[in-house]
Amino acid sequence: MGHDHDHQAVPSDFALRVKSLESLLVEKGLVDQRALDVLVDSYEHKIGPRNGAHVVARAWSDSAYKQRLLADADSAIGELGYGGMQGEHMVVVENTPRVHNLVVCTLCSCYPWPVLGLPPVWYKSAPYRARAVIDPRGLLKDLGFEISPDVEVRVWDSTAEIRYLVLPERPAGTGGMSEEALAELVTRDAMVGVAR
Amino acid sequence: MNGVHDMGGMHGMGPVVIEPNEPVFHEVWEARVFALRRAMGAWGKWNIDATRHSVELIPPAEYLELSYYARQFVAFLELMVQVGLVTRAEIERGLPASGAAKATPPLTPAKAASLIAKGVPTSRDVAVVPRFRVGQRVRARTINPIGHTRLPRYVRGRTGVVDRDHGVFVFPDTNAHFLGEKPQHVYSVRFAARDVWGDQASPNDSLYIDLWDDYLEST
Repeated sequence: MGHDHDHQAVPSDFALRVKSLESLLVEKGLVDQRALDVLVDSYEHKIGPRNGAHVVARAWSDSAYKQRLLADADSAIGELGYGGMQGEHMVVVENTPRVHNLVVCTLCSCYPWPVLGLPPVWYKSAPYRARAVIDPRGLLKDLGFEISPDVEVRVWDSTAEIRYLVLPERPAGTGGMSEEALAELVTRDAMVGVAR
Repeated sequence: MNGVHDMGGMHGMGPVVIEPNEPVFHEVWEARVFALRRAMGAWGKWNIDATRHSVELIPPAEYLELSYYARQFVAFLELMVQVGLVTRAEIERGLPASGAAKATPPLTPAKAASLIAKGVPTSRDVAVVPRFRVGQRVRARTINPIGHTRLPRYVRGRTGVVDRDHGVFVFPDTNAHFLGEKPQHVYSVRFAARDVWGDQASPNDSLYIDLWDDYLEST
């Protein structure tokens, strides 16, 4: 298919090798293909950044919820029905006019699946993992997002099993908006910290 | 191990390119690798730390060359062979060895749904005395383990302050090698960016890194 993953080559035989492995594992009775389909379908169609946007919009609309979210993210996120694999221990960090948060996993690709889904290619890529910790401001500037020198940038390196979600600042001029309308304004990239 | 996976702070990796409207999987085989790894994990022959280490063992040039799911696939094959779930000959032929009894898959569709909803917590409800307290100055130890570790090179020897205690978790350095869980406290430790990178960093900035008790020492 010739798809290019951040300039990394994907040998064309992977499709065949994976197919062959799957058929071997099914033949040996080691995997149930219906379980594979449940896994793929869940992360392709059900679990993604709309979950996180729901959490953020609720926090923007309900200050008591926001306090619970910052104090105990697992139970507050659980109130909205989200949690589970690769989000067993979540922490939410809040952006303010004085603080900007950025999340990375320098060692692999840790990411809060229940609220953001599976990580995009750039998050797992060498350029992001290498640069986020040493030059977060330069990285953000290249993405068109300049941070004022008087704002503190906090970079969260997900080296353990704690998964971080950024609570972006509520945009100005959204005072009368419903929670549903607010959720439409929340992007995946803002919840990782690479966008406002 | 001091592998290429431990890339925090490296230069020359190129620009970060965000693909607009990126699909969850770019190719069908990527989705199958993702699901196969979870389904085979249900055999209980390895743990998350062992899977991470299997990826770290890919030789550096190959690690950087392969896409994310290609790395996962290559490492997954090695792990399955290592624990005896399949043989290399079976992988090469794509067929079970003759006379092998057919197993019953542990991950049913219902269990897959439950795995997604509940996850696999690595916190442990055991009483372990924390060696450090919130607000205490600590130093990340200078160690260079040849096996798996989650202590990034860029922070070794640096001093920071314990910002919060996350509680007790399995210790990756032993767990990855099936040497026990050695549960201990994990802390978020705040390091001033300048204490890690020098004057080129902004004086306002900081790094929060999750570190286990065994990675830290008193100052």
